[in-house]
Amino acid sequence: MLVRYRGGEGMLAWAFHRLSGVAIWLFVVLHVFDIFLVGFAPGLYDSLLFVYATPPGIVAEWLLGAAVLYHALNGLRIIIMDFWPRMTRYHRQLWYLNWVVFAIVGVPVTWVIYQQFARSMGWAS
Amino acid sequence: MSARYGRSGRVKPQGDRFETAVWYLMRLSGIGLFVLVLTHYLILHVIYDPSEQDASWIAEVRWSSLFWRVLDWTMLMLVLFHAFMGMRVVIGDMAGGRPVKILRYGLYLLAVVLFILGTWVVVTLPNVVPDA
Repeated sequence: MLVRYRGGEGMLAWAFHRLSGVAIWLFVVLHVFDIFLVGFAPGLYDSLLFVYATPPGIVAEWLLGAAVLYHALNGLRIIIMDFWPRMTRYHRQLWYLNWVVFAIVGVPVTWVIYQQFARSMGWAS
Repeated sequence: MSARYGRSGRVKPQGDRFETAVWYLMRLSGIGLFVLVLTHYLILHVIYDPSEQDASWIAEVRWSSLFWRVLDWTMLMLVLFHAFMGMRVVIGDMAGGRPVKILRYGLYLLAVVLFILGTWVVVTLPNVVPDA
């Protein structure tokens, strides 16, 4: 445990990984139940779908994407260091690289999700 | 020795074969999910608008072929393993004792329920082929 709590980038990377992981777990639990409804009660599923057309629903969708992208990139960083221990020396640089990729992928995705958000707010485009 | 390195990942367990297998499978499923989940989000949240994906859209478009059903079921299996084994680590890092044991069994029970519900819907949802 102490190794993880030395502070700095390593600790932040770990904390974000855990936070995003638990958030994604929570969404997966809800998501399996709602997809189950597609077969079990399609009418109920359709009536719940409005959530994805509301501003808070779209913000949550965006946050989910951010959590998934961070968790995926940092997970790759962990795997690289686990199977190639010499890379551990560059764990900070790898984490910064994570954020560069996060921004490159995140900006266009944010733009698309923003269109959904604008529609939900009734801002005609 | 892995403990020498300051890592953000869980240190590879030594000695315990089950824990070591889980450690490897977490990384293996993670690589699979990297591809599957990111493409899933790209298709269903970026290319398509999720608010338009009603039950008939899923039956007629998304799950109209065996390919997508198998792919989504594979993702479900990987995600259930990865997410629940991850939560098992999170719970294990909390104080031990009876409450943690109960939480852990609750976690396994929930995983089994999600396995059954998810598998049921992906297998039994009627394949509605829209008019070509």
